Amino acid sequence: MIPLSHYLILSATLFAIGAAGVFLRKNLITILLSVEIMLNAVNLTFVAFGRYAGDLDGQIITFFVMTVAAAEAAVGLALVIALFRHRESLNPDAFTSLKW
Amino acid sequence: MRLPVLALIPLLPFAGFLVNATLGRRLPKSVSGGLASLVMLASFVISALSVVQLTRLPVEERAIQELLYTWIASGDLKIDVTFRVDTLSAVMILVVTGIGSLIHIYSTAYMHDESDSEFARYFSYLNLFASFMLVLVLGANFPLMFVGWEGVGLCSYLLIGFWFKKKSANDAGKKAFVVNRIGDYAFILGMLALFAKFGTLDFQEIASAVATLPAEMTFGVLSITTLLLFIGATGKSAQIPLYTWLPDAMEGPTPVSALIHAATMVTAGVYMIGRNAVLFEHAPQTMMIVAVIGAATALMAGTIGLVQNDIKRVLAYSTVSQLGYMFLAMGVGAFGAGIFHLYTHAFFKALLFLGSVAVIHALHGEQDIRNMGGLKKELPITFWTFVIGAVAIAGIPPLAGFFSKDEILFETFVEGHRILWVVGALTALLTATYMFRLVFLTFWGERRHDAPAVHDSHGPAAVDSHGHAPAPSHGHGSGSHLHDAPPAMALALIVLAIGSVAAGWIGIPGHNVLAEWLHPAFEAPRAAAAVAGAPAAAAEPAGEPVAAAEPAAAEGEAAGESHETLEFALMGVSTAIAVAGIWFAYFVWVKRRSIAENAARELAPLHRLLLNKYYVDEIYDAAIVQPIRVASQEGLWRGFDVKVIDGAVNGAAAIVNSSATVLRRLQTGSVKTYAGSVFVGVVAILAYYLWL
Repeated sequence: MIPLSHYLILSATLFAIGAAGVFLRKNLITILLSVEIMLNAVNLTFVAFGRYAGDLDGQIITFFVMTVAAAEAAVGLALVIALFRHRESLNPDAFTSLKW
Repeated sequence: MRLPVLALIPLLPFAGFLVNATLGRRLPKSVSGGLASLVMLASFVISALSVVQLTRLPVEERAIQELLYTWIASGDLKIDVTFRVDTLSAVMILVVTGIGSLIHIYSTAYMHDESDSEFARYFSYLNLFASFMLVLVLGANFPLMFVGWEGVGLCSYLLIGFWFKKKSANDAGKKAFVVNRIGDYAFILGMLALFAKFGTLDFQEIASAVATLPAEMTFGVLSITTLLLFIGATGKSAQIPLYTWLPDAMEGPTPVSALIHAATMVTAGVYMIGRNAVLFEHAPQTMMIVAVIGAATALMAGTIGLVQNDIKRVLAYSTVSQLGYMFLAMGVGAFGAGIFHLYTHAFFKALLFLGSVAVIHALHGEQDIRNMGGLKKELPITFWTFVIGAVAIAGIPPLAGFFSKDEILFETFVEGHRILWVVGALTALLTATYMFRLVFLTFWGERRHDAPAVHDSHGPAAVDSHGHAPAPSHGHGSGSHLHDAPPAMALALIVLAIGSVAAGWIGIPGHNVLAEWLHPAFEAPRAAAAVAGAPAAAAEPAGEPVAAAEPAAAEGEAAGESHETLEFALMGVSTAIAVAGIWFAYFVWVKRRSIAENAARELAPLHRLLLNKYYVDEIYDAAIVQPIRVASQEGLWRGFDVKVIDGAVNGAAAIVNSSATVLRRLQTGSVKTYAGSVFVGVVAILAYYLWL
């Protein structure tokens, strides 16, 4: 049996990759994709823990996360499209007018 | 509770106040004025009935008490709303409701030119005034008395400032209120001290408790307490040092002056001391102060009255002076005499004030006696009643003022205060002189006023001190006919004149009914007196000829007879003094007018000093008012309020502003920066929980 730590290391790596994507990429769609990676890294952790503890809680919460992620993706993409129509750009640094 | 209607005495005028205050503006004048007068008359009838009931009781038990409900109950403090009529408050309620009713009736004519709503406002205040005064008089404990005490203060403010569009009236109202507050403050302190000492605030219980104590020869708790109460009395009753509000109080409608000076308000202080006679008797130090202040006030106000030229102002100073007499009487322990003078004074002072209104009215608002004269023939009713009032106050037998003033002087003499007696006698001389100066300048001689002598069909209210322009001549063609008081006024004048003549007859030396009647009120309740082993005065035979309230009378028949001789001798002296004063006034102001003018010129500094009322107002202004003003303006306003309070508020805003200027740099608008700070934050928190 693959030990729990392997799952955790994998999901931590995935999470780090996602986070790095969010901070480093210059395209809003890519950033959204990176967020999805982070969410799925967390899902992996839940499932792993659930399997390890021998109950279904981890899998249940994963469904919730997937639902939220779907909604988030829908809203996020809609916003991205709206922003693009407005500014002809997908670079987040172009959208800094919301300040003092 | 033998007489469940006692509470009606103050409640009836209060009901009148409520009706006039709420519905008054919709009522015609006849209804609002009539209602106000009617409730006062009803209150007078009830008062009279309860006094009749009082006379049916045996001498020792002459008190009717009526507990309405418990007002405050907190620990040791229990204050009931209790009304009590005893012999002292009986006299007071009769004076307040009786004289008060007459003034109400008189006012219906006087205020007739006001608009309906002003008319109703006036009468609602008047009713409220009487109501509070009755609470003051009937209250059986200090807090209840204080309710009335404060209430009359409020009403005096409202009524003195009745014509509130006039600045001087407003100022006078405020002055009366503020000066009274100073006294009230001392009164509250005195009340607290009494509660601390005796644990009760009921008059009778305090009297019983005090009766068991020896008189306090040093300046201790009782002296300080009574002194505080007396300071309260100086505020209400216009004594040195708090008398300055009373002469200014004439800014109100003149019947109000009559009410304040005669029936209500200023008598409160005298009554309060009479009410607590036992307490004050146990503080001889305070009594001495009371007597000296009273005599000094009497003399000082008398000298001021001698040179004033405003008819109402002369009367105001004469009130201050007469109140000084009452305090002199209280101070020498002649409580009966003081209350007697209060009672007779109510008649002739109300009469004089109402008479002065008639004069002022006839002359279309002229108040300066230098511009009057020769009114003897033109205003017969006013003239005769005014003269009766003047003779009464001057102290010519057998009019009212003579008996009461004489009794005060006699008691002062007998108690051994010779200097005070001299001061009192001197004041009697001054009283006769300035009153008859007033009479002679007003009614004798040539007419010096240039007022158009036109019959004014509009009733008296249009003219007076209230700044309404006298109605332009209506030209009824009545030539030089000045019109005399209209019926409602004449009625009040005549009733008061009869009172001024006859009121003193219940206190004729040798048959002093009033003194005997009042006697129980100035003693501790019998049970306590017996404990104290001081029943001497109570055991006195009722038929004792010389003033029964005088404890010295108990020394024996011989002493009594020598007192009688002495009393008659002193009576002769005071009559002679009064006659001398009148003659002097006649000589100076009728025969040789030049004397007065020469004297004024030669003694110019003195004359100026008196004319300016010893500059007391100016001294108070410089010593107290201005420092408070400056301290308030520069210290409290510009210093504390602007710098500290506004500074704190503005400072808080400034700090937020400046820190926000720095902190807003953090808000870049860049989503990535925000996400980065969230990430760093989460990592920091996790690190804290994992490794620390």
